[in-house]
Amino acid sequence: MLSEQLVDLSRLQFAITALYHFLFVPLTLGMTWILVIMESTYVMTGKTIYKDMTRFWGKLFGINFALGVTTGITMEFQFGTNWAYYSHYVGDVFGAPLAIEGLMAFFLESTLIGLFFFGWDRLSRRQHLMVTIFMAIGTNLSALWILIANGWMQNPVGAEFSYVTMRMEMVDFWAVLFNPDAQAKFVHTVSAGYTTGAIFVLAISSFYLLRGRDVEFAKKSFRIAAAFGFASVCSVIVLGDEAGYSIGEAQQTKLAAMEAMWETEPAPAGFNLVAIPNEKEMKNDFAIEIPWVMGIIGTRSLDKQIPGIKEIRETNRQRILSGQIAVTALEALRKNPADSESRALLEQHAQDLGFGLLLKKYVVDVRTATPEMIEKAVSDTIPAVAPMFWTFRLMVAFGFLMLALFGTALWHSIKGNFADKPWLLRWALWMLPVPWLACELGWFVAEYGRQPWTIYGVLPTHLSVSNLSVASIYGSLAGFVGFYTVLLIVEMYLMVRFAKQGPGSLGTGRYDNEYAHA
Amino acid sequence: MLFDYPTLKLIWWLLVGVLLVGFAIMDGHDMGVGTLLPFVAKDDVERRVVINTVGPHWDGNQVWFITGGGAIFAAWPLVYATAFSGFYWAMLAVLWALFFRPVGFDYRSKIANPTWRKTWDWGLFVGGAVPPLIFGVAFGNLFQGVPFYFADNLMPIYTGSFWALLNPFALLCGVVSTAMITFQGATYLMHRTEGDVYRRTQTAMLIFGGLLLLTFSAAGVWLWQGIDGYAIASTVDAGALPNPLDKEVVRQAGAWLANYDKYPATMALPALAYAGTLAAMLLAVNGATLAAFVASSLAIVGVIGTAGVSLFPFVMPSSTDLRSGLTVYDSVSSHLTLNIMLWATLIFMPIIIAYTSWAYKVMAGKVTAAYIRENDHAAY
Repeated sequence: MLSEQLVDLSRLQFAITALYHFLFVPLTLGMTWILVIMESTYVMTGKTIYKDMTRFWGKLFGINFALGVTTGITMEFQFGTNWAYYSHYVGDVFGAPLAIEGLMAFFLESTLIGLFFFGWDRLSRRQHLMVTIFMAIGTNLSALWILIANGWMQNPVGAEFSYVTMRMEMVDFWAVLFNPDAQAKFVHTVSAGYTTGAIFVLAISSFYLLRGRDVEFAKKSFRIAAAFGFASVCSVIVLGDEAGYSIGEAQQTKLAAMEAMWETEPAPAGFNLVAIPNEKEMKNDFAIEIPWVMGIIGTRSLDKQIPGIKEIRETNRQRILSGQIAVTALEALRKNPADSESRALLEQHAQDLGFGLLLKKYVVDVRTATPEMIEKAVSDTIPAVAPMFWTFRLMVAFGFLMLALFGTALWHSIKGNFADKPWLLRWALWMLPVPWLACELGWFVAEYGRQPWTIYGVLPTHLSVSNLSVASIYGSLAGFVGFYTVLLIVEMYLMVRFAKQGPGSLGTGRYDNEYAHA
Repeated sequence: MLFDYPTLKLIWWLLVGVLLVGFAIMDGHDMGVGTLLPFVAKDDVERRVVINTVGPHWDGNQVWFITGGGAIFAAWPLVYATAFSGFYWAMLAVLWALFFRPVGFDYRSKIANPTWRKTWDWGLFVGGAVPPLIFGVAFGNLFQGVPFYFADNLMPIYTGSFWALLNPFALLCGVVSTAMITFQGATYLMHRTEGDVYRRTQTAMLIFGGLLLLTFSAAGVWLWQGIDGYAIASTVDAGALPNPLDKEVVRQAGAWLANYDKYPATMALPALAYAGTLAAMLLAVNGATLAAFVASSLAIVGVIGTAGVSLFPFVMPSSTDLRSGLTVYDSVSSHLTLNIMLWATLIFMPIIIAYTSWAYKVMAGKVTAAYIRENDHAAY
């Protein structure tokens, strides 16, 4: 059996590298469209200031993009290096969107980003704008394919288990492609990226306005960011709600955990605004409930019930017992492929095979699992409620805080008096870290909420890892932490330096703070 | 579906080869440029000239590597799982070396401090030299077999150590690979530069071209005389559902050369490696740099093709549990996935080649010191 420490360390390394990678991705997603808006305005109006805006914000975008690329390769390597059994077990399904992402999207954005930076003097205005637009399209397609892969981890449609190859195999590519979970995640995630890009431009522009520098440049940037940001943050919130509605058991379990909903309530269920979840006694010690709201968000109806944690546990207990039979039959079949009785049993219980594998955490031969082990496995199927409950609420609170900011910024942008409102500018500046916090919390809700599975209902996390020594993972973890710390310091140094210097860093002679850097 | 399962398995062996060759030609030339950087450019302007020959392109080129990895994940999941976890520290070394490239290219010239710039120059050297070295070493180990087996549930279990990978034959293959990639970088760099940098690069080109011929020959002789290959002893059902444990494998002297007897046409590949390298050296010395780049790219087709044909049908033989060795027949994805991936490749590869060629066309011409001075703020 794989040691628990090995599994925990592998998870920790994945979480650290994924959260770190996700510091750079949202900004890239948002900035590409903001660059498209700025450059389109340049091409339409012919005003040089919009070209300078594209180039200056593009410079900051480039500093961020470099680390996005650097840390993205880690993610691709890591499935193989640290999650070898996962890679074998679901590579037939999960590998395809990753490979197509490279072919369709990442090639496009990476090839064109070179022309974005170096092609200004060699391309016509329209050609360069097309480069920027296709770079943005490539970036967003990239996110689409990654989230199709991720969506399949949450809701593994279009695939079946094969006992001969001992893995999941794709049977319906279109089902994987149009997985409702993937679609909901895609729109929610890219909108979160757009919001991040908008706050980035809004906050730094506010900084120039507070200092009274490069006022025209900052005002034009602020306006674009306010309008783009308002649309984006509305979309995050509305489409986040759509993600909550998504069907599928993984979502139901997550929903119950992040709502601390222990009992199945009569429809429509109430929404716990705040609560103190008590995991041991499976109840909330305190709760402020808003009636009806949860039922409407979760089912889009007034009469459908949402299962509570206790009901989900009972369902899962039955599935574990059925899965126990499936695993036993599978192991017999692997030893003797002619064993038709086992094949029939496996077919009958195949949909619960993953639940049977949960027992492997406690015992090699699942037939000998004790009632205590089964009870533990049942408890494993529900992610810890308190972290889910609070991270989700914090993320939502940040979302509404950003909505308030963008609403106000857009209002004063339309009235044209935002530059005279230091409180607004200061507020915008202080909001700079908020979208990143919200994005990381969102990752946590989605991925921690999927535990104990890597593929919901199919493959438990503890079986997914590579067979490595604990020392190896300590070593690689130390390496990642070391590299990533240095890279972050370097990146932040450059980002702050160029953001502070402002458009003067272009060396055009048109802006404040011009000084030769070389 | 257009092709049956056995045919698709072979097509995917070819396609993985195409992606590897594409990676070596495209990402290879900018890695080679990174390796040459500290040696062919003396002052900061010269170094910026060298870096800017690949400045607009390295990022797109690197996607050959990323897509190659993704394609192996999708088409040969067992190879992806076994090789990446087994070669754990080697893969991390590649990964960490690659870390220096995006930040090296993008951050280096943003600050004028000489120590800062020199540090990143060596970073670009590491990012250019280490990955081809390690990939060569990995190939060298494939020829000797890798110590791994599959547990009953097909969990790959690696039983060797990292240091055992660094054996003499594998290191020789590492030199072949590094010489090949640096040679490729040199023909490219000659095409895009002039003056002193051009002259120094020409010298480097001759050195690495010679080294490639020498080490490629030495590795060939060693493989012929000193290394036992592997062969499948049981009958192969190419259309069967992949199960790597369902075969018998034997270790045999000379097995790695058997394909050249069986399919004499494959002799063209090692011949191409020699002809391409020699032609590239000749053409480059005579100033036909673009033709030299094409010739060195053909040499890459020859070298990688030789390795692939020698190993065929193996992809990753096991030295300790022979039947666990992975072949093109039993490490693959399902028929449906191979088919979908084939279509994705057929549709997108021509598009990728089209816009990549366009990007090179837009940026064509020599990178000069004058260009760097004029674009002080915008160039790398």
